[in-house]
Amino acid sequence: MKRIIQPVLAVAVGLIAGLAVTWGAGENPWHVFRILVKGAFGSGYDVGMTLFYATPLIFTGLSVAVAFQAGLFNIGAEGQLTLGALAAAAVGAVWPGLGSPLAPVLAGAVALAAGTAWGAIPGWLRARRGSHEVINTIMLNFVAAGLASYVALYMIKNPDSQNPETRPIGAGYGLAHFGLFGGAPVSAALPLALLAALLVWILMGRTALGFEIRAVGQSEAAARAAGIDPGRIRIIAMALAGGLAGLVGIGEVLGNSGRFILGFSPEYGFMGIAVALLGRNQPAGVVAAALLFGALHKGTAELDLETEHVTREVSLVFQALIILCVSADGVWCWMGRGERWSVGASERGAGGAGGREMRWK
Amino acid sequence: MTSGQTPAVELRELTKRFGGVAANAGVNLRVKAGTIHGVIGENGAGKSTAMKLLYGMLRPDAGDILLGGTRCNWASPADAIARGIGMVHQHFMLAGPYSALDNILLGAEPVRRGVIDRPAARRKLEALAGQYGLSVDWDRPIEELPVGVQQRVEILKLLYRDARILILDEPTAVLTPQETASLFENLRKLRAEGKTILLVTHKLKDVMSFTDRVTVFRAGKVTGEVATAQTDPQELANLMVGRKVVLGLHVPPARPRPEPALEVAKLSLKGGAGSRHRLAEVSFAVRRREIVGIAGVEGNGQSELVQAILHPRESRCRTAGVVRVLGREVTSWAPRKIRELGVAVIPEDRLLEGLLPERPVRENFLLGLQRSRAFSVAGFIDSQRLSEAASVAVKEYDVRPPDLDLPAGKLSGGNQQKLIVAREFQRQPSLLIAAQPTRGVDVGAIEFIHQRIVAARDGGAGVLLVSSELDEVLTLSDRILVMYEGRVVAEFERGRVTERELGLKMGGA
Repeated sequence: MKRIIQPVLAVAVGLIAGLAVTWGAGENPWHVFRILVKGAFGSGYDVGMTLFYATPLIFTGLSVAVAFQAGLFNIGAEGQLTLGALAAAAVGAVWPGLGSPLAPVLAGAVALAAGTAWGAIPGWLRARRGSHEVINTIMLNFVAAGLASYVALYMIKNPDSQNPETRPIGAGYGLAHFGLFGGAPVSAALPLALLAALLVWILMGRTALGFEIRAVGQSEAAARAAGIDPGRIRIIAMALAGGLAGLVGIGEVLGNSGRFILGFSPEYGFMGIAVALLGRNQPAGVVAAALLFGALHKGTAELDLETEHVTREVSLVFQALIILCVSADGVWCWMGRGERWSVGASERGAGGAGGREMRWK
Repeated sequence: MTSGQTPAVELRELTKRFGGVAANAGVNLRVKAGTIHGVIGENGAGKSTAMKLLYGMLRPDAGDILLGGTRCNWASPADAIARGIGMVHQHFMLAGPYSALDNILLGAEPVRRGVIDRPAARRKLEALAGQYGLSVDWDRPIEELPVGVQQRVEILKLLYRDARILILDEPTAVLTPQETASLFENLRKLRAEGKTILLVTHKLKDVMSFTDRVTVFRAGKVTGEVATAQTDPQELANLMVGRKVVLGLHVPPARPRPEPALEVAKLSLKGGAGSRHRLAEVSFAVRRREIVGIAGVEGNGQSELVQAILHPRESRCRTAGVVRVLGREVTSWAPRKIRELGVAVIPEDRLLEGLLPERPVRENFLLGLQRSRAFSVAGFIDSQRLSEAASVAVKEYDVRPPDLDLPAGKLSGGNQQKLIVAREFQRQPSLLIAAQPTRGVDVGAIEFIHQRIVAARDGGAGVLLVSSELDEVLTLSDRILVMYEGRVVAEFERGRVTERELGLKMGGA
């Protein structure tokens, strides 16, 4: 129960604090709140856009969460989704003649494969060469961005556009939009994201591989002693994480723009870190957090037009405040007066505490 | 205490709670000045908590600490130190590359005109060392000194700070019998000079040989305080456990089968950074249905040996030589394949290598068995069967509390170890590798684990027992190998060696 109440409370406190910021900027916070709610859920179209923004966040949130379960910090979801989207767009641009359903399935599989490969690289580097995945995933983000620019501007550039984008994909690749949402680009990518969350849940909770991933994340030494190869597990986890991020390309390219546009992602990859954190690295939590962030993203878009003193960037303020509240673990412990105690912790704590507190006069 | 004299240290109704658990519930302890006072109890009995309260590392919820009759209220260890209390922790607090002298000065440097006055410090220390017979090579880096000398440095550190009351936490855990004897020789001298010493230990033998009085802890309370001369190990063990314990398990002799469970041939392992070999041409065999004990002071290659057997491929254990498990050469095998031959392992450091402390007992029971046919079907874990098997095992191996959802880190040390034994024995092992199987485990659990190891042997397993507890090696082993500096330097049959001889071999003599 506490696992659910704590993030919900954190979100509430974060939202209130964010509204207080808008009040400080000269807005009526109640007014701002109403714009947010109306912007995110006011009509079928608004709900659709919220879901559209939430979809990539589910994928990147899951990506970060899976890596985190293995004790890895995937900062590279941005690069992985870039490559996934680029690969899907490239397939669609190079073989425009393919028809449905083969075309979108092929493009989706290629997006998955590209993301997987891009995730496996830092996984392998960490497992076999010992170089840290945080550094490598960050660097690979830049490499992916450069690669994407090159492909989009020199190899399959769209000749009919001034924008930095690839040629449009063939008609057979496009995913239909659900009619429910007044024209918002909600495609099969959304159910696919929910399916991915379900599969991750099954993988982590029900399979031997998932258990091994979590064991490595909990204690590499214990996993190793149990006969698990932590390096192999790390490569698998990072490849999985990359693949999940790569799937972002399906909704964005096949379900929306029909091409790869440089800079299409408003940093979904980095928002995925916040989504995973808020969702406690649990698939259901990730879905809920992605919906919240999607709603914030959509809701705050209206602020540009409807208010005088704040703009859509307030969305970032909200996100930051929510994350601060979620991660303020010390405060939660203090509220529960939880001086947590365990034999293990106290045994290990003994040396540490002694080391820290040994100040001789 | 019968005399009217004010005790040097007195704890009165000391209570400390962590969450809902009372680690100390009304502890009373009186220590007479100029005595060696033993504090014994099982893991988690509250003796360490009481010492941390006395030393100012924790603050009591209720009760009083009195030194020489005056009430004290520490804010931090610094206050306790200022009042003459010193503590030697089980894991030494030393800065490896610094010289012994600098380690002692660290934090209490005598400064003259902005410069550390080492000559003055050395004069003071040499006087101290002479007075108590604690000789140390002052200028060698501390990491190059033997453990026994490092401990001496820790004690000198306290004396240099004018400690009158010395708390020693498990001081004999890492010492050879000879080093232990010399430590207690020194402690006796300190007592003669009027120092008061609290000896925290779980070794009944240390308490019996070297203390004046003993206080026994159980479950956060003091269950007895006796004069050492008027008690015996059996009574102390009963007080510690709360029931009658069998001390000195009788192990019937082995009837080994000829085929070997484990063969190690000319195993060598290079030490890090160009240093000497950490294993040098180690060769031995363990037959089915026999226990081979490896005795040795810790750090003489025992851990490396176990690693090299279980993880022969890994680069940091790169080996020359051959390892055969159950007749198969496994030198190039993946660890999991080796384990699947029927190799059970009780790892040296259970919190680090044996358990996922934050995960529930159920998952810890699965660790390493997640691919076994018993619990997994086509890569999916059969949680029903896992729960059933775990409940049965937890009952059979008496893991308390028998709660599958409790994080393993919250079990006591003994119960953690029983959980590991329960899990590993699910493999029906043909080879059991047990490294320090009863370290930090309470008396009751030691008895239980020893019985299980012998039962595994009689069930047909070959057992490799690595232990720095001499009693354990002597009780259980059918053959004893002694390791010193990465070599096997001696081999004895059961009953053909005394503790003294073994100790000398362990010390490299």
